[in-house]
Parts: sequence; C-alpha cells; structure tokens
Amino acid sequence: MASHYEAPIRKPLVTGDKTYHDVTVDVAAPVEGKANRQWWIVFGIALTAFLWGLGCIAYTIGTGIGTWGLNKTVGWAWDITNFVWWVGIGHAGTLISAVLLLFRQKWRMAINRSAEAMTIFSVIQAGLFPIIHMGRPWLAYWVLPIPNTFGSLWVNFNSPLLWDVFAISTYLSVSLVFWWTGLLPDFAMIRDRAIKPFQKKIYSLLSFGWSGRAKDWQRFEEVSLVLAGLATPLVLSVHTIVSFDFATSVIPGWHTTIFPPYFVAGAIFSGFAMVQTLLIIMRKVSNLEDYITVQHIELMNIVIMITGSIVGVAYITELFIAWYSGVEYEQYAFLNRATGPYWWAYWSMMTCNVFSPQFMWFKKLRTSIVFSFIISIVVNIGMWFERFVIIVTSLHRDYLPSSWTMFSPTFVDIGIFIGTIGFFFVLFLLYSRTFPVIAQAEVKTILKSSGEKYKKLRDGE
Amino acid sequence: MSSNKVYWKSVAQLDKDNELVEKLEQNEFVDQIPVDDFLGDEQTMSESNTNRRDFLKYVGFSTAAASLAACEGPVIKSVPYVVQPEQIIPGIANYYATAIADGYDFRSIIIKTREGRPIKVENNKEAPTLGGGNARVHASVLSMYDIHRLQGPKAKGEDISWNDFYNQVESKLKALAVSNKPVVLLTQTFASPTTQSIIENFIAQFPNVSHVIYDTLSASHALDAFENIYGVRALADYDFSMAQTIVSVGADILGDWQGGGYDEGYSQSRIPKKHHEKLEMSYHIQFESNMTLSGANADHRIPVDPATQKKIIAQIYAQLTGTSLTSDLSPQLKKAVNQAVARLKKSASKAVVVSGVEDVAVQEVVLAINDYLGSKVIDTTQPKFIRQGSNKSVEKLIADIEKGNVSGLLVAGVNPGFTLPNAESFTSALSKLELSVAFALKEDETAAASQYVAAVPHYLESWGDYEFKKGHYALAQPTIRPLFDTQQFQDILLKLSGSKSTYYQKIKANWSENILNGSSWNQALHDGFISNNNAQEYDSTSFDVDRQIKALSQTPSTALSLVLYAKTGIGDGQQANNPWLQEFPDPISRVSWDNYLTISASDAKNIGLKNVNVSDGALNGSYAQITVGKKNLVAPVLIQPGQAKGTVGLAFGYGERRGLQDEMQVGVNAYPLYNDFDSVQKVSVSPAEGYHEFACVQLHNTLMGRGDIIKETTLEVFNTKDKDYWNPVPKVSKNHIEYEVTSPEVDMWQAFDRSIGHHFNMSIDLNACTGCGACVIACHSENNVPVVGKKEIRKSRDMHWLRIDRYYSSADTFEQDDQTKEDISGLGDSLTTFGEMENASENPQVAFQPVMCQHCNHAPCETVCPVAASSHGRQGQNHMAYNRCVGTRYCANNCPYKVRRFNWFLYNKNDEFDYHMNNDLGRMVLNPDVVVRSRGVMEKCSMCIQMTQKTILDAKLEGRTIKDGEFQTACSNACSNGAIVFGDINDKNSQVASLKKDDRMYHLLESVGTKPNVMYQTMVRNTDKS
Repeated sequence: MASHYEAPIRKPLVTGDKTYHDVTVDVAAPVEGKANRQWWIVFGIALTAFLWGLGCIAYTIGTGIGTWGLNKTVGWAWDITNFVWWVGIGHAGTLISAVLLLFRQKWRMAINRSAEAMTIFSVIQAGLFPIIHMGRPWLAYWVLPIPNTFGSLWVNFNSPLLWDVFAISTYLSVSLVFWWTGLLPDFAMIRDRAIKPFQKKIYSLLSFGWSGRAKDWQRFEEVSLVLAGLATPLVLSVHTIVSFDFATSVIPGWHTTIFPPYFVAGAIFSGFAMVQTLLIIMRKVSNLEDYITVQHIELMNIVIMITGSIVGVAYITELFIAWYSGVEYEQYAFLNRATGPYWWAYWSMMTCNVFSPQFMWFKKLRTSIVFSFIISIVVNIGMWFERFVIIVTSLHRDYLPSSWTMFSPTFVDIGIFIGTIGFFFVLFLLYSRTFPVIAQAEVKTILKSSGEKYKKLRDGE
Repeated sequence: MSSNKVYWKSVAQLDKDNELVEKLEQNEFVDQIPVDDFLGDEQTMSESNTNRRDFLKYVGFSTAAASLAACEGPVIKSVPYVVQPEQIIPGIANYYATAIADGYDFRSIIIKTREGRPIKVENNKEAPTLGGGNARVHASVLSMYDIHRLQGPKAKGEDISWNDFYNQVESKLKALAVSNKPVVLLTQTFASPTTQSIIENFIAQFPNVSHVIYDTLSASHALDAFENIYGVRALADYDFSMAQTIVSVGADILGDWQGGGYDEGYSQSRIPKKHHEKLEMSYHIQFESNMTLSGANADHRIPVDPATQKKIIAQIYAQLTGTSLTSDLSPQLKKAVNQAVARLKKSASKAVVVSGVEDVAVQEVVLAINDYLGSKVIDTTQPKFIRQGSNKSVEKLIADIEKGNVSGLLVAGVNPGFTLPNAESFTSALSKLELSVAFALKEDETAAASQYVAAVPHYLESWGDYEFKKGHYALAQPTIRPLFDTQQFQDILLKLSGSKSTYYQKIKANWSENILNGSSWNQALHDGFISNNNAQEYDSTSFDVDRQIKALSQTPSTALSLVLYAKTGIGDGQQANNPWLQEFPDPISRVSWDNYLTISASDAKNIGLKNVNVSDGALNGSYAQITVGKKNLVAPVLIQPGQAKGTVGLAFGYGERRGLQDEMQVGVNAYPLYNDFDSVQKVSVSPAEGYHEFACVQLHNTLMGRGDIIKETTLEVFNTKDKDYWNPVPKVSKNHIEYEVTSPEVDMWQAFDRSIGHHFNMSIDLNACTGCGACVIACHSENNVPVVGKKEIRKSRDMHWLRIDRYYSSADTFEQDDQTKEDISGLGDSLTTFGEMENASENPQVAFQPVMCQHCNHAPCETVCPVAASSHGRQGQNHMAYNRCVGTRYCANNCPYKVRRFNWFLYNKNDEFDYHMNNDLGRMVLNPDVVVRSRGVMEKCSMCIQMTQKTILDAKLEGRTIKDGEFQTACSNACSNGAIVFGDINDKNSQVASLKKDDRMYHLLESVGTKPNVMYQTMVRNTDKS
C-alpha cells in the first residue's frame, strides 16, 4: 500500500510538522472537547429550520398536495427539483471515497470521511421528497415489490420512478456500509482514548469490536477495495437512473438522450461544491487546516472547473440538438427556456454553472479560500436552478398551448426545502461533534510519505 | 335466492329410521358441552380459585373487548325499502321524458333517475323541437338539490302553513275583487296551453286581475315585428340545416338568440356533404359586436358596432332588391356587404338573413329580406311561442305600480326585484302594495319584498305542458316527489279560483280534448312530446320597407356602446347558484366564476385598461368604471380579441343578490344597465383603481402556429387536392427511409391484440363542434367531477375531464400563423416572432377543440406509473385505478395532452369546498355508478366505462349483439350536433369505424406516436366568398 517514498516536488498533504500522536489528538479534539457558542448557534438555526420543515411536511400530509404551488400542467416543481438536487450533492462523497481510492489519489484521505457523511445525509434529504410528493404518502410502500395480499398487484417495472426506488436505496445502503467500514478503526481510536464509561461503551459499540490486529487491518483493506469497486458503478448509475425520470418521457425538454452523462457530471459538480462549502468551514472551526490544506481546496476547485465545463458543453449540445432535430416542439421548448417567462432561471443557471467555474483557471483565485467558498455556494444555487429549469420550464409550456401556465411556490414549498437544508445541517453538525471527521487511520498511512515533517526530514532539512 | 339442493353426508342418511342420523340432525354438537357439569357442581366451583395470572388475563380480555365494543363505526343511513316500489330496482336506472321551461330555456329532455333520484339530464333525441339541451339544461338537475331553495310557504318572512296561506291570500284577493282594485299577475313565458287556460279561468274568477308576461331578457322587438307582419305574437323558426348561406347581423344563432336551439341544424349544414360530385357546406357571415359562439364559428366574421349593424341590414335589403340607398359604410364594410348580398343572391331560397338587433324596424326588414329571398330556412308557418313578453306592457305595469295604480301583484317564474333596471324602486313599491305574492324557488329579491311567498317545486318535481312552437307540444312530469313543502303555481291558482281539480288533471283533460287527437296519453307521457306538422300560413301584412331602411341607414353612431349579453353558462342568471355552471368556463373567454367588461385591445389601450398574468400564470384585469346615463358600475375588464372597436360587452346574471351562497356571489350585476330592455346602451368607460383576479382556465390563447393540433383546410383545397396535401400523416426517418409515424416499422411497442371484443374509438368533428359546452356539463354530471371553486381554478387546478380548448389566430387566420412560423429564419427572428405569436389578432379566427383523455394505445402515462395504477384495457380504454394510485403525478406530467386531473385536496365532505358534495342534499345528484375520488389520486376521462359496460351487460342478458349507436358516452350523448361520435371500431359497419377511414381523420399530436383511440376530423373552412 502506502509507499514511504514520494517525489520531493509534491507538496505535503499534511502540513504543520504533525506526528502520529498529533493526528490522533487533532481528530479526537472536537469529539472530546465541548461545543462552543458558534456551534450551538448554528445548530439552533438548523434545528429551527428542520422543525419548520417538519411542520410544513405535516401540513402537506394532513391537508393535501394542494398546499404547494403545483397545478394541472406543472405536476412537479420544487419537490423533484429538491430531490434531484440532493441526490446530486450526494455524488461527490462516493466519487471521492471510491473512485479516488481506486485511482490511488491520496489527497482524498483528508476529505473522504466528511464527503461520505455528506452523501449519506443528503441522500436522506433526497429520499424524503419522493415520499412526501405523493398524494397519498401513507401508501408509499406500494412502490416496493413486496409480496402482498392485494391480489395480483405488483409494481410496474417499466416506470423510471421504480428504478429510482432501487437506485436510491442501493446507493444509500452501499454508501452507509462503506462509510462505516472506514469509520471502524477511528471509532476504535476514540474508544481507546475515552475516559468516561458511557462514551467508552458507545464507541465500543460503534467500532464493532475493532481490535487493531493485523488481520483486522487486512480485512479492512480488502473490504474497502471491494466496496470501492461496488460503489464506483453506483456513482454513474444513480444519477443516470434519476435522469431517466426525464429522459424516458415524451415531454420536449425532458426527452433527451444526453441526460445520463449530463446528470452525472452535474451531480459531481454540485457534490464537490457542497464538499467545498462544508470543509472550508470545518477546517477552520475544527482546526483542521493542516489536514485540509489549500492544496485540497485547489484540487477540488479543479474538479469543479472541469465538471462545470462538461455541464456547459451539455447545455450547448442540448440547444444545438434541439435546433438540429427540426422538431418544432423541441425547438420551442429550448427557445422558451432561454427567452420565455422563466428566462431568469435559465440565465441564473448558465451564469452560476458555466461562467462562474471558469474563474478557476486562475491559480490565484482557485487558491483563494474566500473565493472558493463563494463559488461553491454559487455553483449549488446554479445546480438547483438547473433542475428547476429542466422540470418546470419544460412542463409549463409543452405540446398544447391551451394548457400552458406558470408555477409559483407557496410558503409550504419553500418551507420544506429550507427544512431539508436544516435537517442536513442538524445531521452534519451532530456528526462533526461525535464522529472522527477525518479518516485519521488512513491519514496516518501517508504521514511518513506526505507529511510535511517527514518530508522535511527526508529532504534533509 | 334460496337453494333446494340437498347435500349427502353419508350413506347412512338413506336409512330414514337411523337414530344416529336423526340425532346428528337435531344436535348441532355431537357431544354435549359440559356446561352444567362445570357450573352446576358448586363444590368444585367454590374450591377453584383464580390466580393472579388468570385474573390479569380476564381483566385484559374484558378491557380490550369493552373498548373495542365501544368503538363505533361510522353510521351510514341506508334504509331499505319496506315495500319495494314496482318500478324501482336498485342499481337500475329509470328514464322519464319531461321538459324544462323556466322562461329562458325550453327543451324536451329525458331524466335519468337512480333509486328514485333524478341524477342526469339527457337529450330527448326523438323530440323534433328546439334540439338538444345546452349546458344550462344539462346542469339544471343540480339546481333541484340546492340547499338554498325555499322549503315551504312564507308570510312576511315567517313560515306559514299552506292552509293559512290559502285562507289569507284568498280573502285578500276577494277583498280586492270586491273593491275592484286592479291586481296584476306577472309571469314568465310559460308557453303552456293548460296554464294559459288556468290563468284565463283565474281572471274569470277575479276580473280585476290582468296578466302581464315578462321575459327577463326581452325578445319583444322580434315578437312585435312578427306580430305586425303575420298577426301572431310569436317568433319565426329556422332550420339552418337547409342553409347554404347564413348572414347573421348581431344574432348569436348558436347562443341564446330567440331561445336558442339552432346549433343542431347549423352543425348539419357545416359538415361537408356530397352534392353534384362536390362536397358542399354552408357559408356563414357574421356581423357582430361581442365575440359570440356564432362569430367564432363563422367563415367570415366582421366586427361592427350596433349602429352599423342597422345600416348593414338596410344595405342588404336595398342591394338585394335593387332599391337605391345611400351608404356611409366604410369601403371594407361595403365590400363585405356586397359579398354577403352576392352569396345571398346565389343561394336564394337556401339563404337566410337573421338579426339580433333589438329594433322592430330591423326585425321587420329581416323578415322582408327572407320573404324576398323566398328562404326555405325560415319558417313562419309554425312559429315559436317560447318568448311572449312585451316591453310596453311591462313598462306600463312598472309605471302603474310606482304611481299606485296597482293594488296587488302576483309574480311567478321571474324575479323583477333583481332583473328590472330600476329594481330597487320596484321592490320598494312592491312592499307597499295591499297584496303581493311571489311564487318562487328561492327567497330572491322579489320574494323578500312580497307579503306572501309560495314555495314552488323545481321543474323536475312538477307537471307541465308546453307548446314550444305551433303544433309542437311537450309534456313535463315529476321525476321525484317534491323534496320540500312546495306547490305548483298552477295548482295554487286553481285552488284560489275555487277549482277542485289539480294541474295534472287539467293537463290530462286539456290534452285529451285538444291535443292528443285520439292518440294515447300514456304514449305522449312516455315520449314527452307530440308534434304535428299542421303548418298554418299566416296572412302577412305589407309595410313600407323603403321608409324603414332609409330611417335605419341614418342611425346615428355612438362613440362607445355597451352590448349586454347572456353567457353560455349562466344565461339570464336564474341558475346562478349552480356550482357546475359557475365553474363552467365560458366557451369564448374561458373564464369561469365571473362576468367582465369585454373590450377590444385598442380601446383598452386608449382608455388605459390592462390584462396581466401574475407569477403563477393567473389572469388579472383592471377595473373599469362603467357609466350608463346616471348609473355607475365598477367591473373588471377582459380584453377580448374580436370585440368590435367602439363597443364593450357585459354579461347578465351575475352579481350580489339574495338566495345565493356567498361563493356564487361573483361578478357584477348588469341588469341595472338594461334600461328600456335594450341590450345596447350608450356608455362611457374610465379606468378604476386596482386589479381583479380572474379564474381563467386557459391562459394562453393562441395556437403558436402549431397547425398539427387543429388541422384545418379550406373547402376549395378539400375538394380539389389529395388528402396527403391537406391532411398528411407525419413522417419519421429510420435508416434514411421515411415512414409514416403510424407504420409498424417505426413502432417499438408490442401491439395489443384487438381482434376480439370491442375496441372503442371516439371521433370529434371540428366542423360540427360549435363549442357550446353541453358535453362539459354532461361529463361533470355523469362522472361526479368535483367543483373546486374560484380560487383553485385560478391556480390552474380545474378538474374538468373534458375541456373545450379555444384558440385565436395570431394573424388574421390560422393558415397565416402556420406560414409565419414556417418562415422564421434564424435565432433572432424566432425570438421576436414567437413572442408576437403569443398575442391574438384584433379580429382573429377562432377554433374550438374538445379534448379529453385520448386513450392512447401507446400511452405515455401507463409506462411511468410506479404502481401500475394507470393501465390499458382490452377495449381500448386507458384505465385509471383510483384505489391503486399513490399520487406521484408522473402520469400527468408525461401526458402530452394534459388531460389528467389531480385531487389536490379532499373535494367532498370538506367545508373548504362548500359546494354540492358537501351537503346531503347536493350529494343526491351523484352518480352511484362512478366512485367519488379521494384526495391525492389522479383522475381523468374513463370513456364512461360504466356506460359501455352497462350496454355490454344488457346485451349479454338479452342474448343479442350490440347495435351501432348503442355505445355512448356522456359527452357523445349530450352532443346533439353530432360532433362527438362514439362506438366500436371492431364493428366494421359502425359509424365510428367509417369515420376512422374518413379523409378528414387525424389524431392529435400524431407525431408523438401515442396512437390515441380518440380521433379528430379536420376542420374545413368555407372561404368561397362569392
């Protein structure tokens, strides 16, 4: 595995003369210490948003989907926009931990834990929407192919919504297992350091009896590799399947064969932006600047720039194909996107997703932490608009002009979206105080090769 | 059914004397249950003890049992018949022929009843008079189940018994008779021979009573003209099916003009028919101010103000007869008049001129024109009696009341307290009379101002007889026992005049004596009508036409005229409390729950009035101040393409009033502006503060050059060119070879086996459809479609399973629109041109297209439902299993026709939606064969599967094959125009099978490849102006 030699030209991945013990102490610090005021304030805000969202969900389920702004023409709007947005955000975690593991990108080690946590928390948010967007959510289990007493009733395997059910549930379970496997040695580390009996008990339960024997480590490595192999196709398949919701339909603007790669690129794009948002704050708050370095931020910015450009090419290809197809409905759908009543959504999307990542060509900008943070927020706004544009502007003016109308969200639509953001941050904030937020066991494997201290020693300074 | 089958249990049973067998038959249990042994043995009982565990078990069981028993299930009161009525079989519908005659709508109809409840109005297809029912007639069944109806007689606002009512009214009447003080009986037009004799008899008893007939919306001028010339107070009848050329000057012949009912004949003349090797259809020119259904269907529509309409009539007469008459018409109008006259001359006896201008001279000239043409379309020998009111006598009556020259007033069938232009002074005078009696369904303004209110039954609870037109009689019979303590006007009059017989007996006697001519009463009651064609030539009186047309051609023009009209849904407003009609979108404006000032775009711009769409697409209109004489009114403005410049329109029947649920008190009351019963008023309009929120179901008005949605061609092209030229099937390329999209070569789907059983198809003829909307209401009533109210409609959440899309052309014609779109080149051009195409032309062509679920054979909705709630039927229907639906709305999104409707809320038994489904009385109208949908499920047109299944089962029981025409849906049944034809295409001889092969046939959005089971027939426009 980890070779102890690394070219001197490579910048250290762990800065600040860290020893093995320093790593342990740094990672365990947020768990063992007490939460500060800022944490409580942010947690309070997130919890309030979450409870508000819960209220809106309860109101929807109690009264009906009519509490949202939907109508006979626009049957999906913020619900599925939010669903796709959250699923997309989830993608970066798996990409970082699985794909980058297979490609032996060591820099992932500092960020994969939180990226995966983000994956799981955002997939939970995403999973909420397909359930609450139903007119009768109490019957949501009918979309599962479970043996039943309803006679010959069975699910419709032709429906992309059903594929979604399988894709999302598989994704959530594989991600969870992968994440937890990685967590085992780190939980064990906290367990071993714990002084309070309660804490010790909890962490020993969470660490599944990790003993640190060589056999444990061997199995750990093997399972990680196998799960990485399993998770890698999921990175591509999940959003491909989500895109099928639209691509297999007959609605101009939805019925597009470019959607699978376009959605996957978009997902990675928005996922990295979200990782960026979270980690820029976390490295500061939890004093992890030595582990999540400017170099990490820069590398992520490069991924954002590339995926953003892929997405941009996809947008332009869509326009070109619409024109080239010669189908008047298709042509009008795209003309309407860019110049119709929702032009502002389209151009917000274009500005945020295609133009803003291009700043990352400049080294000065992509190594600027403040600028990276701003762009990461902008990209996620843009990606939300992308889904809104695809869903709402395609539906609101489709084939028969007699049914054309517009969509306007109600406070419930907005409340539920804010609620999921709150829920996400509630989970993430709790995670940051109770979980080892950096895969310290893995970081330790590269400390000798890529740690600044050892690099200096090796280079004879 | 009990069964006499004997089941053998063993061979031993054969032996009759076997004791064991006998014992087993006597005892349910083979062995004795040792209850006595256990309970009887006191010693064991006293020695036994209940330990703690047993005790807890008993306590647990008793508590659980007691609490379960305490849970009460919902009590649904369904009381079975103690004595089964002979004709009512639960689950089987009974049909009765009857007639509606509410003073505004007159039709012979069939009523469908279930378990004794009338639930649906259907057309009486055999009745030859006045055609099928319009939207209001179809909706009228719901008006019976109106909780706001009067439930018994009243005196001075207090409930009173009928006995007291009779005693008091009779004594007052007698007192007035003794002192010979004048009493007036003010009624609607009954057109009822027996009622007429009852009234005459009443007047004979009380000679101080005089009878005045009042039509809420007056047809007095046409009646006067007819009376002047032919000596009888009636209206000419028309058979438009014979017409080759129709010139209408301000007559909404497809609306309520002179009582309506002309669309059936009109549609027949509009379907191209073979004649001398050529297909022919009628040519229709319409001169009008407001955009009406007639104008929308016309081949050539010329918007003109009311004053010009009079000049046009004069010019038509002059040019036709060669009379010299100077003309100050504009060159375009002159040309249009010349063309009209040329067409009239060409078609001669197959031509007709009609006018809705409310002027005796105009109506006389029109009769003279038709006489000159020798028109066979007009029928003056069997005129119509469905309007009889006279403006003069009503005006005189009002003057007399206000002067105190009248001491008593009996009002029946009309509500002058609301509909008179000076209603308030009328009601205050009314309340001062010595005797005032209102015969009313509701506690309306007139009833509220009267001393006595006689609660009358709804027409479905009543007897009646009518002479709609000369020799054409109709019978009405009660279809349910009166729901409330009501008595018919005629019965009350009979009783007051001392007669012992009832109205029913009178009708029967009158019919046997004068009408039946020896045929059976039962047969007449069964049919609901009796007609004879004894035409009577009335002697015509000539008059000085030249003088009339000179006067007409000098009509002074008005800067801005208000043209009052009746909307298709609400009419004169007597059914304003009917939620189906309120929610029914106007066929032209597509606005529901409102009336509004219609105005042309250029006038609106000049005055500073606007229509805007807000962020959810909903339509807002500026308020305008309308001033007619000294009267002011603030009404919202709707910019109406096709509205003649210099005119504005406003519909009757809306506004705040008594006896109406709050939700229905929408719009503004136009009656105060109906001065002198003239629907044209000089008006000034100025902007007022604020915007009005409309509930408009169609927010985009133009077709955007999408010619494949409504295919149309001209009669000339239709006659001379190949089908592929004017109705090509779209093509798709596969391996660089072009195939028609219907070809199996480009079909990825597995086809259903359609060779056996029925395969339902529906054909909609765009030439025959006038857009009247009767089908929309019929669908509403058959399928228990919920009413969602103004707010929800405004959010584009209408629930109509069947809608009639209305498109305006952006240029002068739809053909030009297609061309404009075709000619777009480059991005810049498309940006501007599509933007321009969103706006309708000032005088657009109009097209109607009824759209319901297309029942695609390759249905996009079926593939996407995760739980297979949307699935395909063997008979071609696309099924919707409400119980299975979880409500993802994916199907609705993926429907290219946007016909699926989602239950956003619970629409029944929910106080938020306080319409008929929220009260026990209103729910009586529900069709028990169709489930009421719950919240959160999708619903849509089922092709009335409950009706087709019934037909199939009936035929099966009777062991016969099904004849063509037996299969019907609510909409095809309601469409008397023959625009909607439904049937089985596996029956090769059926009408629908031949329509499927028709050259005009196309499928909506064929290029999407959905292969619908609903087809359309290409619209053919007659552009042959010469």
